[in-house]
Amino acid sequence: MNGIVDRGSQLTFGGAVRRFAEEVGSEGPIAVQGARTRWSAGGALKDDGSVRQVNAPTGIVQYKPDEMTIRVGAGTSVADLDQATAEAGQRSALPDRGGTVGGALAVGENDRDVLGRGTVRSAVLQVSYISSEGKIVSGGGPTVKNVSGFDLPRLMVGSLGTLGCLAEVIIRTNPIPPTSQWFRSTADPFDLYDALLAPSAILWDGTATWVHLEGHGADVAAEAARANAMGPIEPVGEPPSPPGPQRWSLTPAGLRSVDTVIDGPFLASIGVGVVWAVTPQPPRGLTQPVQSIHDRMKILFDPTGRLNPGRNPAQK
Amino acid sequence: MSVLSSINKNIRDRLAGRGATVTAHAVADERLVEDLRSALAPDRVRMDSVGRSLHAKDASVFKGGVAGPTCYPTSTAEVQAIMRISHHHGRAIVPRGAGTGLAGGAIPLGAPVVIAMTKMNEILEVDIDNRVAWVEPGVVNLDLTRYLTPMGFHFAPDPSSQQVCTIGGNVANNSGGPHCLAYGVTNAHVQAMEVVLPDGSVTMLGGLDAEPAGLDLRGVFIGSEGTLGITTKVAVAITKNRPAVKTLLLSFDSVSDAANTVSGIIAAGIVPAALEVMDHKITVAVENYVNAGYPRDAAAVLLAEVDGMEAGIAIDAGRIEEIGLANGATDVRTAKDDEERALLWKGRKTAFGAIAQLAPDYYLHDTVVPRSELANVLVKVYEIADRHDLVVMNVFHAGDGNLHPLLLFDARDEGVMDRVHAAGGEIVQASLDAGGVLSGEHGVGVEKQGYMGKLFSDDDMDHQDRLRKAFDPTCRANPGKVIPIGHSCADIQALRRVPTGVWG
Repeated sequence: MNGIVDRGSQLTFGGAVRRFAEEVGSEGPIAVQGARTRWSAGGALKDDGSVRQVNAPTGIVQYKPDEMTIRVGAGTSVADLDQATAEAGQRSALPDRGGTVGGALAVGENDRDVLGRGTVRSAVLQVSYISSEGKIVSGGGPTVKNVSGFDLPRLMVGSLGTLGCLAEVIIRTNPIPPTSQWFRSTADPFDLYDALLAPSAILWDGTATWVHLEGHGADVAAEAARANAMGPIEPVGEPPSPPGPQRWSLTPAGLRSVDTVIDGPFLASIGVGVVWAVTPQPPRGLTQPVQSIHDRMKILFDPTGRLNPGRNPAQK
Repeated sequence: MSVLSSINKNIRDRLAGRGATVTAHAVADERLVEDLRSALAPDRVRMDSVGRSLHAKDASVFKGGVAGPTCYPTSTAEVQAIMRISHHHGRAIVPRGAGTGLAGGAIPLGAPVVIAMTKMNEILEVDIDNRVAWVEPGVVNLDLTRYLTPMGFHFAPDPSSQQVCTIGGNVANNSGGPHCLAYGVTNAHVQAMEVVLPDGSVTMLGGLDAEPAGLDLRGVFIGSEGTLGITTKVAVAITKNRPAVKTLLLSFDSVSDAANTVSGIIAAGIVPAALEVMDHKITVAVENYVNAGYPRDAAAVLLAEVDGMEAGIAIDAGRIEEIGLANGATDVRTAKDDEERALLWKGRKTAFGAIAQLAPDYYLHDTVVPRSELANVLVKVYEIADRHDLVVMNVFHAGDGNLHPLLLFDARDEGVMDRVHAAGGEIVQASLDAGGVLSGEHGVGVEKQGYMGKLFSDDDMDHQDRLRKAFDPTCRANPGKVIPIGHSCADIQALRRVPTGVWG
């Protein structure tokens, strides 16, 4: 367990985190790399050759299935996280796209099954990161419920490593449902979303619909029967792959007219608003007051601008 | 000096920058009131002693602070005007909902302008397609759920105070409630908010789209206890009502058996909608109060609720019963209909009202411990209360490990507050020692400020302060809360910027 002492008040850290803090240090531009699966998110790294690229600590530090929490190094692959939790019949909200836990949090995008798994931002209970000044800073807490102090974990999710270098995190886990089945349907996806109690995902490409049902076997069967009554369904192994690498963020209601907004093929997540497409979403921009808060946040957390230069959370 | 008088003296010192006596007829800056009255209707800015004393405290045990002018805005534009006028006059502001907070978060420090949001209480729109309801912050939590119920939806966070607490207060405190075990606390149920920032600018945080651009400022604003600005409109997520519900009442011969059952249920991979435990004393008090059918002879009861679809919840309810029996449950009863279920919940949610028959005062604590430590920490809680010669009752969100020890006392007893606060401090320490945190749903306010250093390092708190300053560089919004006072210079300045004459 890396010499970790779980003493309940202020955190203590093993050698890997302390070494990472030394490596990040307090001077010179630095970029944390995960598996580089989303390396260009928020813009290219601004590197004149002086940017040091470092890797966060890896490995499961402590897994408590009966607390539904797992503490891991940020450099741990999501696949390793999934494997560890699956052995205890659990999973997390983090999407596995071949990347790391820290990368998934830094980018902040939710899993395709977000309706069933929950959001990434709600899954992060505690973060420990290396500050621009080279110090180990923590926020949040190890319990599943906590309102002690300001919410640094949520600030870090989606911040692209521009406010601190994630070192170690505690993630909430949940039981894996006993039954999980995808279905292909001919029914209207919006009607399906209204009719079904709690689908884990409903995907739509403008013609066909795919529904992911999870839960107790009898419940899945009952929901499938309800779906079938709205248009014939058939079980399938997996839904189709996204038609392109681009990820749009629309409102659930906006998906009704998605074909007028996005050119070319798309795959829309009904009830959520994420759409995968070939063409990129135009920049969305921030309001002036929100931009001002972003600017101040960056200056306060990274006064010398050394953390992940070039990346902008507003341009994900 | 007793611990309580020390805390209260500390509040007063912060109010005045010295240990001044506060008089009721204090006169604040007349121009400030004039400006506020010209921006709002004159009758919606109160400066009389009754109006101000009404807003001097919240539902916590702490003595009140001193409110400056108290405003009752009815629109975002008015909130913005109040913020700008206060800013112009160098005065801090404190937003306020129903005043049900238990950590002193709404206590006005430094004679700030109090902004009471209770008149902004309209449910503006239910947007089924986007699964949100747009509401003003003064909407009462339960009113929203009652409004949504005929449409097949509800607002998931359900604090015990839900009959009176407001959505704005829920946002400020990131409120929970019994059913947050499966559904999550307020942060998971707010999509977007219109806010007035401390500099008077108005903006939307978050959005109805799937993954709004930029930092999750919506997420960090929720639970910030009014220190980052004021919410004027909220898009809350609405949750589909479940077609089937089962509520089980399990009785035990010991609190430890009940706690171990809770751990066992979660360990078995079941996440019920709610898992609530009440010990013997509170169960008897509740039963005397509402006659809900709780057993008077049990050392503890566990209220377990599962919801979802018929077949699945039958399986889960069966397993919960098995786990309960394996952990020594002496009786397992299932509510036979909605009426019985409602009565059981009425008992649980009015538990704090039931205390009145036993003692005139109580101090409700709020800490979280790992579920597996529940039984051990509860033993310590009883030991601590015994040692300080106090009656303690335990009623808590067991599934989340969220303890709510209730210390009963009569404030007229000489020296009792010393014992109450000494016991409270030891309960917090015992929770932290077990790997827990300071607060699960009440927040830090002024109550837990002194304990922040036990959970966080100076560097941790420094970064929390940076987060706050990105929103409020000069700490004008609810100064003197959450982060210990010595860790925020701007806070001290804001509190010292009290106009001459206020202190009488």
